[in-house]
Amino acid sequence: MTSKEIILQNIRKNNLVKDLGLPSYSNFGIKFDDPYSKFNQMLESVGGKTLFIKKEEIEDTIFNLFSKEKEIASNSLYFKKGNFFPNEQEDAHLLKNIDVAVVDGNFAVAENAAVWVSNKNNRHRTLYFIAQNIVILVDKKDIVHNMHEAYEKISFENISYGTFISGPSKTADIEQSLVIGAHGPKSGYVIFIE
Amino acid sequence: MSLYNHPLKAKEFVRNDERMHWHDKALWFVREKRDLASKSIPEWEKLRTYAAQIKSHTMANLDKYLLEFEANAKKRGIKVHFAKDAKEHNEIVYKILKENRVEKVVKSKSMLTEECRLNPFLEKRGIEVVDTDLGERIVQLRKETPSHIVLPAIHLKKEDVAKTFHEKIGTDEDNSDPSYLTNAARENLRQKFLNAQAGITGVNFAVAKTGGVVVCTNEGNADMGATLPKLHIACMGIEKIIPRAEDLGVFTRLLARSATGQPITSYTSHFHSSVENGEMHIVIVDNKRTPFLQSNSYKNALNCIRCGACMNTCPVYRRSGGHSYDYVIPGPIGSTLGSFRDPKIYKTLSFACSLCGSCSNVCPVKIDLDSQLYTHRQDLREKNIISNKKRVTMQFAVWLMNRPLLFSFISKLARKTIPLLPKAVIYNKYNIWGKHRDIPQMPAKSFKEIYKEEFKND
Repeated sequence: MTSKEIILQNIRKNNLVKDLGLPSYSNFGIKFDDPYSKFNQMLESVGGKTLFIKKEEIEDTIFNLFSKEKEIASNSLYFKKGNFFPNEQEDAHLLKNIDVAVVDGNFAVAENAAVWVSNKNNRHRTLYFIAQNIVILVDKKDIVHNMHEAYEKISFENISYGTFISGPSKTADIEQSLVIGAHGPKSGYVIFIE
Repeated sequence: MSLYNHPLKAKEFVRNDERMHWHDKALWFVREKRDLASKSIPEWEKLRTYAAQIKSHTMANLDKYLLEFEANAKKRGIKVHFAKDAKEHNEIVYKILKENRVEKVVKSKSMLTEECRLNPFLEKRGIEVVDTDLGERIVQLRKETPSHIVLPAIHLKKEDVAKTFHEKIGTDEDNSDPSYLTNAARENLRQKFLNAQAGITGVNFAVAKTGGVVVCTNEGNADMGATLPKLHIACMGIEKIIPRAEDLGVFTRLLARSATGQPITSYTSHFHSSVENGEMHIVIVDNKRTPFLQSNSYKNALNCIRCGACMNTCPVYRRSGGHSYDYVIPGPIGSTLGSFRDPKIYKTLSFACSLCGSCSNVCPVKIDLDSQLYTHRQDLREKNIISNKKRVTMQFAVWLMNRPLLFSFISKLARKTIPLLPKAVIYNKYNIWGKHRDIPQMPAKSFKEIYKEEFKND
């Protein structure tokens, strides 16, 4: 017998767990009068920052935020003025010196300031994590209240990878002191485009 | 047989009174953050009910869901392996690494690989394994094990970390600023990520319907490890399966709030295939998990989502430290898992519980932890594997309580005589209970007497 068969047999043998069925979550979960202010409040609490701007202000805003940074990479449909092109790199390791990554978020979640990021046009997944700073651009209309609504919007049929990002990377492993910037980005901006 | 003994191990920790109270406070702080986060969600209790329901449903149909998961993962080009025990798990991982000529591995926090003792297994075979979660890295450099499943280095002070980093990665000995130390670790580990040929991660949730796995971290270490090298190996226990993607809505809302009081982890990544031109493997491990399904008393223990809330709230864990449990998972959930899997070795763990029930109250999937620990004591007594002192005491208590008149008489006698006895007589070597605590003041009347009087007055 293979290990798989042994495991399956052990599970079937006298399994005493009662099947209670699966719950359904239609129209379930907290909702907010102003999801944007909730998102903003939650993002600040985890060390990130929210901005609201017009489409034509995108370039100035990003260049002003990161005037001193050298390597700015982007796969965003809104922002094409980066000077490093991650999709042209054969090897993900060549992304190691990126100072700022500008990426598109699919939608934002108000209850926890997470943004679903699953760019079909992004070649290297590591772009979201290896950059020293990250800017996620989200169309202002794309926001949901809670995670139940979030998963309703995602279809895994055609995507191989996606991640919820909530603020910059962080740790509190040394005496519970919060330090922003563990392995991933040291700053995390979410820009809503009006 | 190991001479492991929780009270003795805890004694070492308690000896440093100042550190014990500091540890207690640090964890209580996390517990309070959990309370605030849970109270911000009006439907919190409903979420707990749903979570318990989903997990029980999955466990009742675990064979079907494992097969569904395997089939769907394979469709996405993921290679799925099954391992019946720790040894097989380690061998599978090693074989994959060897086939890919891997010499350097970055690992993100995974209690399963700790349970299987994967690191020493691979190191013996010449493979460098670097734990990349900051807390895990700290304990790895100190050649220790994690003392908590979410906060692996919670037992250490920043000065301890400064000393370790000074010795191992050359930081300034006198600088114990957490930002400075974290940044030094960041730079050091970044090189490890860039040089690794494979990334090993744990799994928080495996979705049967989509055939992918979800990994949650704050640091982004699992993501760096799984997206830079071409090879990603994800290791999971059979209990990590959930049926549908929408069930993630329930668990991602509960997990981080229960663990650290955060609304969600910084990264919640859904891996449904390898990176470009890469390979993704998933190793599904039993290692003494299936017997839980056959026990009415302990089956719910498999529902655990490893948030650590039960240890943060446990008055015994907070005051005895994770290492005193000497089991891969400490605290209430570890005590029940350990006692069931290896009752002879971990016979003292279920007694490291005050039966206060706080663990069950905070558990996001409503595991009946305190009841399980209470039941373990009886099982151990029945199997005759508890210490003689405990056995004789329990036997005497049973004998006495079966004789209500005698019990009342002796209680009355004790109430009258104990206050008159000198301390030296009360705290003798046979009084184990009174070793580190005072005998309470004797009440004038017993509960039975008070009850009878009140009943008469009614």
